[in-house]
Amino acid sequence: MRKHLLSAADLTRDDALLVLDTAEELAQLADRPVKKLPTLRGRTVVNLFFEDSTRTRISFEAAAKRLSADVINFSAKGSSVSKGESLKDTALTLEAMGADAVVIRHFASGAPHTLAHSGWIQGSVVNAGDGTHEHPTQALLDAFTMRRHLGDLEGRRITIVGDVLHSRVARSNVLLLSTLGAKVTLVAPPTLLPVGVDTWPGEVSYDLDATLPGSDAVMMLRVQRERMNAAFFPSQREYARRYGLDAERMAALGDETIVMHPGPMNRGLEITAQVADSTRSVIVEQVANGVSVRMAVLYLLLGGSESALGSVPSDLEAVPA
Amino acid sequence: MSDYLIRGGRILGADTADVVLVDGVVAEIGSGLSRAGAEVVDAEGLVVLPGLVDLHTHLREPGREDAETVETGTRSAAVGGFTAVHAMANTDPVADTAGVVEQVYHLGRRAGHCDVRPVGAVTVGLQGNELAELGAMAESAAQVRVFSDDGHCVSDAVLMRRALEYVKAFDGVVAQHAQEPRLTEDAQMNEGVVSGVLGLRGWPAVAEEAIIARDVLLAGQVGSRLHVCHVSTVGSVELIRWAKSKGIDVTAEVTPHHLLLTDELVRSYDPVFKVNPPLRTAADVEALRDGLADGTIDVVATDHAPHSVEDKDCEWAAAAFGMVGLETALGAVAAAMVETGRLDWAGVADRMSVRPARIGRVADQGRPIAVGEPATLVLVDPSAAVVVDAGQLHSRSTNTPFAGMKLPAAAAATFLRGRLTARNGQVA
Repeated sequence: MRKHLLSAADLTRDDALLVLDTAEELAQLADRPVKKLPTLRGRTVVNLFFEDSTRTRISFEAAAKRLSADVINFSAKGSSVSKGESLKDTALTLEAMGADAVVIRHFASGAPHTLAHSGWIQGSVVNAGDGTHEHPTQALLDAFTMRRHLGDLEGRRITIVGDVLHSRVARSNVLLLSTLGAKVTLVAPPTLLPVGVDTWPGEVSYDLDATLPGSDAVMMLRVQRERMNAAFFPSQREYARRYGLDAERMAALGDETIVMHPGPMNRGLEITAQVADSTRSVIVEQVANGVSVRMAVLYLLLGGSESALGSVPSDLEAVPA
Repeated sequence: MSDYLIRGGRILGADTADVVLVDGVVAEIGSGLSRAGAEVVDAEGLVVLPGLVDLHTHLREPGREDAETVETGTRSAAVGGFTAVHAMANTDPVADTAGVVEQVYHLGRRAGHCDVRPVGAVTVGLQGNELAELGAMAESAAQVRVFSDDGHCVSDAVLMRRALEYVKAFDGVVAQHAQEPRLTEDAQMNEGVVSGVLGLRGWPAVAEEAIIARDVLLAGQVGSRLHVCHVSTVGSVELIRWAKSKGIDVTAEVTPHHLLLTDELVRSYDPVFKVNPPLRTAADVEALRDGLADGTIDVVATDHAPHSVEDKDCEWAAAAFGMVGLETALGAVAAAMVETGRLDWAGVADRMSVRPARIGRVADQGRPIAVGEPATLVLVDPSAAVVVDAGQLHSRSTNTPFAGMKLPAAAAATFLRGRLTARNGQVA
C-alpha cells in the first residue's frame, strides 16, 4: 500500500484485495459485544471536512474509534476556515497537533492531492471525497458489498447509472472495479458524461433498458436537482422516465442482481421508493460496510501489515468497553 | 554611455561579425573591428538578435505590487532578452484612461530596463459594456496602439465590431482574449481526457475557436486589424490560417508554455500549471509549433502573469490563472522551435522581435541589424542549457512552470539603444 489513499488508481489489484480481505476480517467485530481493537491506540486521526457529509464523517469516525485512535473532527463550518483561513494553514495546524492521518472531504477536486504532496503535513492522507474527482473508500465499500453478494468480481457486469460527469463515486468505482476485473457499463444522458469517457475502462451507453438485463449489479448515482437548471436534462420527470430505476425496470433484472446507491437518495428521481426498499436493494448494507472498509484503510495506511485480527482475543480483553 | 565592441557573434545565427555600438546606434559591422575606448563584449558562440519585443506582459502595477511592479517586471524582461514589453490593462485601477496608461508609461521610463508600451482596455473597467476612451489613450504620452480586455473576452459582437472599427482612426489593433464566457463558466483546465479523469471543469477548445471564427469574420467585414492573443488549439490555428488565406488582416500570438507543455502536467494538481487559456494536448502543441513555423501564428508572446505565493500555494480551484515567462521565453522557444529544426535564429528574431514590434507599432524596435539602426540587441547563448530555478528569477513572483527543467538557450546580454540592460542573468 502507498502512504496515501487519494485515488482508487493508487490501489493495485493486490492492494485492493488486501483492503477488502482485511475489511472482511474486521467486519467480524461488528458481531462481537466489544466492537473495539487497540490497534491504533495513541494514534490521531483527523476528520477534516470542508463540505457537509454527516454519513461519511460518522463512518470514518466510527472506524477510527473502533481501532482505538484518537479522533479529531474538524469541520469547515463554524471554524477558522469560514473566516478565510487557507487549506495550508489548516494543514499546518493539524500537523502541529500531530495528526497521523488526515481524512479529508473537500469541495475542490485535487485538494487531498495537494494536502498530501505540498509538504504541509507528514501523515497519511485519505481522500473522503474531493469535488467531482474521486471517493475511493466509497468504491471500496461498494466493491466489498458486491463481493459479499456476487463473490469474485472478475468478469462481473456492473452498471453505473446517472450523473457520471459530476460523480466522484463513479470515477472511483470505474477505476477500482476495472482493477478487480469487473466489466463496467456507464449509463447516462450524453450531457452527464465527461469528455474523454470513451478512454475509460468499460463501456458507455445512453440506453438503460438495453443495459439492465445483463447486469450483476446496478448502481444508481445521485442526481442533483439543480443540474436541471443548467440544461443537463429537461425535467425531473423526463430524467426519471429515461434513467430512473423503478419497479418495472427492476423486473427486467436477473434474479441475483443487486441494486446499489451511494446515498443520499432522491427517492422518485433516480430511484423509486419501491426499488430502494426492495429485497434487491443493498443500500443499507453499503452504509454498514463502510465502517469495516474504512477501518481496513486506516489500519493498513497507519502501518498494519499482518492479519488485522491476529491477536484479537487478548487485545479485546485489554480494551475497556 | 559607453561604446561597445561586440566581438565574434553570429548575426541572426548566421555569419560571424563584430558589431560596434556607438551613441545608441549600430556604428559598424565587420570582421576584426576595433574601437578605442569601447568596452569589448566577447560574443564568441553567441547569436546576435534584435532585442525581443513582448506583446503580452502583465506588470501588475498599479494594484498588485505584491506580485509584480513595473520595476521588477522590466528587470525580468531585460534579463530575458526583452527590450520592449506591452503592459496589459488588467491592473487596479484598470488601464482604461489616459491617466493610467501614462502612469504605467512613466513608471517604465523611470525604471529604464526596457521600453514599456501600455496596452489600453477596450471597454471601461474590462466590463464589456461600453468602449473606454481609446482615442485619449492613443493620443496620450503612452501612445497606445494595442487595446485589449485581456483576462476577459470582448464577447459582445457589436461592441467588438465597433472597437475594431474605431481604432482604425489611430492605427490601433484590438488584441482579443478569445474565450466564449458561457462555455467556460468556472472552467479549470483544458476539457479533454485529463479533465474527465481529474474531475476538473473543462475549458473546451470550441470556446476559443468560436470567438476567433467570429472575430476574423468581423475584422474582414469592417476591414480592420485584429490580433488574437495566446492561441492554444489546433482549430484556432486552422481558423487563422483560413482567415489569412482570405486576406483578412489578422495576426496571432502563442505563448512559450503552450509551445512546450501539455495538460498531462495538471495530473499533479500543482497550480503552477494553472493558466488561461489552459495547457492543451500534445496534438495542439504540434499544431502551434507548425503554425508558428509557417507564419500562421505571427509571434511568440509571453503572457507573463506573476502571482503571489498566496494565490498559487493552495488547492487548484482556489489558485489564480497564470505563469511568469519573461526569463524563460527564449529558452522555451529554443527548445520547442530551434532544437526541433522548425525555426532558425533568424526565424526566432522574426517571431519574437520584428513582427511583435510591427503589430505593436513600436517604430524603433524589431529593426534589422545594420549600420545606423538602433543598438537594441540581445546576445543569445544557444547552448546555455540552464536549469530553471524559480528562486533566481528577477520577477517578484516565482510561478514558473519550467522550474527544474533544463532550457537550451538563454539571453547573455541585452542592449537597449546602446545601453547594457542585463548581462549573464543579472540586471546591468
